Amino acid sequence: MLKVENVSKLFRSGAFGGKKKRVIHDVDFEVKPGEVVSLIGESGSGKTTVGRMILRLTSVSEGRITFDGEDISTLKGASLKSYYRRVQGVFQDPFSSFNPIFKVGRVFRTIRREFLSDLDAATWETRLTDALNAVGLETAALDKFPHQMSGGQLQRLLIARALVLDIRLLVADEIISMLDASTRIDVLNLLGDLKRQGLSIIFVTHDLALGNYISDRIIILQKGVIVEMGATDRVFGDPQHPYTRSLLDAVPHLHERWSEEELKDLGLVADTARSGGHLIEHRENHLVRVYS
Amino acid sequence: MLAVSDLKIHYRTLAGAVKALDGVSFSVADGEIMGLAGESGCGKSTLGKALIRLEERMQYVGGQVVLDDKVLPIADDRAMNPYRFSEVSIVPQYAMSALNPTRRIGRMIDELLDARGLKGSTLRPELERRLAILGLTPDVLGMYPIELSGGMKQRVVMVLSTLLDPSLLIADEVTSALDVASQKKVAGALVEFRDRGYVKSMIVVTHDLAILAQVADSIMIMYAGKLAEKAPTRTIVEAPAHPYTRLLLGSLPEVGIRFEEQRLPGIKGRPPSLLSPPTGCRFRDRCPLAFGKCVEEPPFIEIAPGHQVACWKADAHAQG
Repeated sequence: MLKVENVSKLFRSGAFGGKKKRVIHDVDFEVKPGEVVSLIGESGSGKTTVGRMILRLTSVSEGRITFDGEDISTLKGASLKSYYRRVQGVFQDPFSSFNPIFKVGRVFRTIRREFLSDLDAATWETRLTDALNAVGLETAALDKFPHQMSGGQLQRLLIARALVLDIRLLVADEIISMLDASTRIDVLNLLGDLKRQGLSIIFVTHDLALGNYISDRIIILQKGVIVEMGATDRVFGDPQHPYTRSLLDAVPHLHERWSEEELKDLGLVADTARSGGHLIEHRENHLVRVYS
Repeated sequence: MLAVSDLKIHYRTLAGAVKALDGVSFSVADGEIMGLAGESGCGKSTLGKALIRLEERMQYVGGQVVLDDKVLPIADDRAMNPYRFSEVSIVPQYAMSALNPTRRIGRMIDELLDARGLKGSTLRPELERRLAILGLTPDVLGMYPIELSGGMKQRVVMVLSTLLDPSLLIADEVTSALDVASQKKVAGALVEFRDRGYVKSMIVVTHDLAILAQVADSIMIMYAGKLAEKAPTRTIVEAPAHPYTRLLLGSLPEVGIRFEEQRLPGIKGRPPSLLSPPTGCRFRDRCPLAFGKCVEEPPFIEIAPGHQVACWKADAHAQG
């Protein structure tokens, strides 16, 4: 369905933009229908940039991204609109996605005007109600202002906004990082239910436990390079790349306390990011970057 | 040693007083790192702030705070000043953006000490020594904040906040905005500073129970402006007595738990509004164990040494 083919991203840097800096190196992966793929990495790993390129919020410098075989960078006008009918994004801070002066229902009216103006009123109402019910909200919620709702509710409204369009791929960029533990799990379970109904999700996060809970496949990014990817249980159960291992070691567990030495190990960790190398198949459905 | 008794702090709003902290009593022993957890809006940050500086819209309603046998004049902004930084210090929630972006870090610290009537140059060796303990070279003092990573900035602010060896440090969501690797280093730094005696006791405010399980000696859980449970870390994690604590722990996805195999339950409903909180136990609307007696407010009582709970069913729970 979605194919990211050898994509790189270069940003201009330096005082007059004369220099170029490569922030994404040759990223290559695929998302199948009904699959949840997690992009995991620390800040600066390029995970958000990859998500933004898929949503066409940032251009692709090298390589290409295709959706159902169509190169998305060539989309314009009507075909771009039809792309956004199938692919939508939800972002980290729900409060900044809403205009605080208007009631939240405005977001849905905009969607209707932009994308679904051909629907008659009755069909639109049913679609809207279905989408809201899918995320566990009532239509009465539309009459509220953003400040009257919790972060989790707003985030669910934004997911409903995407569902109204009957999308096939959702790019979820750190959508639960700002939520409380109890609301987090509600949103995660919602994503799980939507996946069962056939929605594909790209789940961008720095939290390994959340990525593990929801995804079929994991992609570990380090400084814009895929260092390891594959089925969730393979990558987390049998991590091969040192970076994946160090990330997993740093995850705090409830029932297991770090030893004194482990906890106080503040030694400046050498920057382990290495350029070059190539991905090889360690096992079926488990790729690891090796350096020769 | 910190002792707080029946502390009440309200927020003034147009709609009335929001009872963010509604009668809270607890103590933190010397050398203790106490974790303070709960959902947003439960009053945990309000409690942390109240111990050092009341914001304008925060209103002191009652209660007492005693630190090392001295009563802290928390309601009096001026009188509190001599205690701040030297006795009570805080690493604020957005410490990373607390650094002045137009100053080199060293100069900013000197100016800050100067404002407190201290000389930067006399404290410089100690400052550098402590930065080194947290794995930072003295070079950082010549850098601008933008040159440091989030975790490094957080550690710089920690060194600065504890430079005068305060008796109590409040760390407000210090790990929340960080990646797992930096999070671990900041967590280690908290324990290191306690062990070296730079800080006598600490209150670590966070919604991340997994981090508290690593660094805290005891954990206190708050719900809707009240205390729900306080116990040694192991007890909270392995044998919590309050139904809210149990549900909170049950909603954490740990590495190894998958949606496909085990769907974690959330906590149904939302916390009550603190404008006019319900009488009785504030968790009763969402509580699976609620029964008739819950319309009366449960006292915060000790059910085992060091283990306090506010729940009518806590006793039976702890045994079963």
